[in-house]
Amino acid sequence: MFYMSALAFAAFFVWGMLRLPAFGYYQGPYGDVINSFVVFERHATDAVTAINFDYRGVDTVGEEFILFASVTGVALLLRERRDESASEERARVAEGRAGQTSSGVKVLALAVAAPSALYGWYIVSHGQLSPGGGFQGGVIMASAAIFLYVSGEYLALRHMNPISLLELADAAGAGGYVVVGLAGLIASGTFLLNVLPLGTTGEVDSSGTILAISIAVGLEVAAAFVLLMMEFLEQTLEIRQRRRV
Amino acid sequence: MSIYPWFVVAWLFVVGLWGVISSRHLVHQILCLAVIQSSTYVLLLAIGYKNAAAAPVFATNPPTVPAVDPVVQTLTLTDIVIEATVIGLLLSLAVQAWKRFGTVDPDRLRALRG
Repeated sequence: MFYMSALAFAAFFVWGMLRLPAFGYYQGPYGDVINSFVVFERHATDAVTAINFDYRGVDTVGEEFILFASVTGVALLLRERRDESASEERARVAEGRAGQTSSGVKVLALAVAAPSALYGWYIVSHGQLSPGGGFQGGVIMASAAIFLYVSGEYLALRHMNPISLLELADAAGAGGYVVVGLAGLIASGTFLLNVLPLGTTGEVDSSGTILAISIAVGLEVAAAFVLLMMEFLEQTLEIRQRRRV
Repeated sequence: MSIYPWFVVAWLFVVGLWGVISSRHLVHQILCLAVIQSSTYVLLLAIGYKNAAAAPVFATNPPTVPAVDPVVQTLTLTDIVIEATVIGLLLSLAVQAWKRFGTVDPDRLRALRG
């Protein structure tokens, strides 16, 4: 049964592939049109970001809310159940009874954390000029929090209780995108129209709403990924505690 | 050469599919799903590729220089974001499966529900 279906699958696969256009001879018109107009129309030098946050911006609203919904879903799935508590395990880690991080790892992780946050911000804010943008930069910014965790300062991080702050940033980023879109709707009757001044091509403040959207998305993505990480780490503590009992 | 990229796509897809079918561990299965999805990245980027063309970034190149299709690159970016969200959700489901049933072997999970 399996080999028969595998054979049929392979036959259809090869048949389909042989009909694909030859590699290296791009046929569609859209890419060429956008490539020749993007600098003139939007003063953005990175066509990919311009499509993502402007020409195809409505689609990216949906994409952003998929991310938002999935983080909400993870938080819901991994919530602390009534019979669960990680408080003992948390205390053990805080008092250093759960093992120590070596000082070399600590120093290295702490040294890399701040530069990676800064680099993420650079990627977010220069998305309209060079490859980058909110999604990519947001993930790099979130990696700073992971370095903090590796350095063994997770409970210090947890102690600041940033969850509500992160949720706020997550929601503000997702909402900010829609606000930028509504600004276009109010100013000219078209959702997500680029209403801000376009600026000089090649400057950081160029390309109007693309930069604003990029920052909103960067905020949302960074907060979302840190939230995801914390939810999974809380689970680790819970499971460790349960094993001990 | 002109059909070689499509075979890379097919290889990634089939290897990932085989992994999903034969996997005995939920986390391994989820990562195999990621391999399947990465075949779509290669497919999208290969469709937009043009011989002897630059990247669609005009910071130094003038806009008249031929560049590969930026639309499919944007779609690939969307694809990656969706994959990240899907994997996040699936991994949390795997954690819950482990907590509730004490196993992450898909076959044994079915037996327990049976």
